[in-house]
Amino acid sequence: MSDLLAVLFDGVVYSSWLFLMAAGLTLIYGVMKILNIAHGSLYALGAYTAATIGGAWLAAGHPPIGSYAMLALAAVLVGVVMGPLLERGLLKWMYGRDEVVLLLVTYAAFLILEDAIKLVWGVESKLLPEPYALPGNFQIGELDFPVYNLILIAVAIVTGVVLAWALHRTRQGKLLLAVIHDREISAALGINVSRVYLVTFSVGAALAALGGALAAPAIAVSPGIGVEVIVLSFAVVVVGGLGSLGGAALGALLVGVVRSLAVRYWPEAELFTIYFVMALVLIARPRGLFSAPEARRI
Amino acid sequence: MSGDRTIPVLALACLLLLVAAALAPQWLVFLLALALAKGLVVLGLVLLMRAGLVSFGQGLYFGLGAYAAALLANRGGLDDAALMIVAGTGCAAALAAILGLLLARYREIFFAMLSLAFSMILYGALVKSSALGSTDGFNLHAREFAGFALAGGTERRLFFAASVVLVFGLVWLLHRYLASHWGRLSVAIRDNELRVEYLGASVYRVVYANYVAAGALAGMGGAFAALAVGHVDPETAYWTTSGEFVFIAILGGTGNVLAPFLSAAIFEGLRTVANQYAPNVWQMSLGLAMLAIIMFLPGGLWTLVRRRSAA
Repeated sequence: MSDLLAVLFDGVVYSSWLFLMAAGLTLIYGVMKILNIAHGSLYALGAYTAATIGGAWLAAGHPPIGSYAMLALAAVLVGVVMGPLLERGLLKWMYGRDEVVLLLVTYAAFLILEDAIKLVWGVESKLLPEPYALPGNFQIGELDFPVYNLILIAVAIVTGVVLAWALHRTRQGKLLLAVIHDREISAALGINVSRVYLVTFSVGAALAALGGALAAPAIAVSPGIGVEVIVLSFAVVVVGGLGSLGGAALGALLVGVVRSLAVRYWPEAELFTIYFVMALVLIARPRGLFSAPEARRI
Repeated sequence: MSGDRTIPVLALACLLLLVAAALAPQWLVFLLALALAKGLVVLGLVLLMRAGLVSFGQGLYFGLGAYAAALLANRGGLDDAALMIVAGTGCAAALAAILGLLLARYREIFFAMLSLAFSMILYGALVKSSALGSTDGFNLHAREFAGFALAGGTERRLFFAASVVLVFGLVWLLHRYLASHWGRLSVAIRDNELRVEYLGASVYRVVYANYVAAGALAGMGGAFAALAVGHVDPETAYWTTSGEFVFIAILGGTGNVLAPFLSAAIFEGLRTVANQYAPNVWQMSLGLAMLAIIMFLPGGLWTLVRRRSAA
C-alpha cells in the first residue's frame, strides 16, 4: 500500500513540474494560436539562469534560504527578457500566417536558442544542489522523500490558482478571454490585442523558465535538456486540450501518474506509455479530453 | 507544360551522380548517398506539404525502414542490400497504410501532433528495448546487392550507383504523378478543401494516397541511410530527426521533385563543413536560414532556380 502511495506521490511531483511547463504552452496557444516549440529552450534558459544566479548568490555567502528567491528571479528574468524579444522581435512579423508556419518559426527559434545557450554557458554541466538538499527529507512508509518535492507541488498549485484567478476574476484576464474568443471583435472594441499578445507570451515564457528554474536543483543542467521537455509538454497539453488551463492540469496529472506507474511496474514502457496516451487521446478526442468541439469553419 | 525541363535535368543529374559514383572520393560518395536517402524522405514530406500537411513524425517511417533493413541483415542473416531496401520500404508502407486511415482525417496542428505522437511511441519502444541495443542501436553490413557480391572497397560506389538509378526512376514516376489529375488535386486541397469536395473529388483518398506514399518513401530513405551509415539507433525515430526533414523540405520548397534532393545535398554538405569548423553554431545557422526562407523565399530555394530559368 505504501508502495502505491509512494508511486502516486512521485507521479504528482512529476505532474506539478509538467503542469508548470504545460500551463505556459497552453496559455500561449489559447491566446495566440502558436504551438511554441521554443518553449523547451525557455525551460533550459530558466534552468541555466537559475543555476548561474543561484550559484552566485551562494558563492557570495548570502543565506542559503535566499536561493529560492533566486530561482523565482530567474523565471521572471527570462520572462521579461525573452518574452518581448521573441514576441516583438520575431513572432509579431508572422501573425496571420498558417498555424503550421508559426510552428516552423518557433522551431527555428528553438534551433537558434539551443546554440545560443551553448555559446553563453558552454557545454559543461551546471549544478545547483543546495536548494534541493536544504529542507531535508520526510518519510512515506519506509521511503525517504525530499521536502523540496513538496515545495514543487505547492508552487504548481499556487501557480494554477493564481492563473485561474487572474483569468476569470480580473479585468485584464477577462479582456484576455475576450481576445481568445474573437481577436478581431476584441480589437474593434478597443482592446489592445498587441499588448495582450506581448503579456501572454512573456507570462508563458516565465512559466517555462519557472519549470526550468525549479528543476535545476534536481538535475544536472546541461545542453539538450530542453529537447525532451518540448515533446513531453506537447503531450500534456494535447491530452488536456490545447488552450485549456484546467485541461493542462488534468493532462499533467494523468501523464505524470501514468509515467510514474510505468516506471514502477513496467519500466521498459516509461516513454512509450506517455506518447501512447497522447496518441489515444488525439484519436478519440483530437481537441483534448476536456474541451468542447469546435464549430466547423468555412 | 511548356518550359518544364525537369526530365532532361533529371537525366543529367543522374548521369553526373553515376560519374561521381565511379570517380569521386569516398567521403563525397558517402555524403551524396546520405543526401539521396534524406532526399527520398523529404520527397515524401513534400507530397504531404503540397496538400498543406506538415508531418512532424516522418522519423517514424525513417526509423522503421532503417530498423527493418538492419534487423533483416543482423538477425535474419539476409545481407542482400536490395532485399533490405524492399523490407524497409514494405514495412513502412504497411504501417502507413494502417495509420493513414486515421491520419488522413487530421489537419494542421493536429496532423503534426498525432504524427509526432506515433513517431515518439516508436522512439520510446526502441530506446527501452535492450534486445535492439537500446540507445546505442547496432551495426549492419550488406554483402550483396540483388545477388551480386559487393566487393570490399568498391562496395560503397556500386551500391551508390545502384541507388542513384533506383531513386531517379522513382523521382521520374513521382514527377509524372504530380503532373497527373490526382497530383494536382493535392494543391487544390491545400487551397480549399471544401471546394474540392464540392467538385466531386475525395479529399480523404488523395490525402491517404499521399500519406502512404510519403511513408513508403521515408521507409526506403531509412533503409538507404542505414545501409550508407552501416548503423541504426533510436535517434532515427526521434522528433529532432523529423524536424530535420521538415527543415530540408522548407529549404528546398515544394515546387519540384528535384528540390528535396538539391536541398538535402546542400544540407549535408553544409553540415559536413559546419562539423569541421563551427560545430557550436550549426543549429543556430539552421534556424536563421529557416527564418530567412520563411520570410523571404516562402517557395524555398527552388524559386531561385525557377526564376533563373524563367529569365
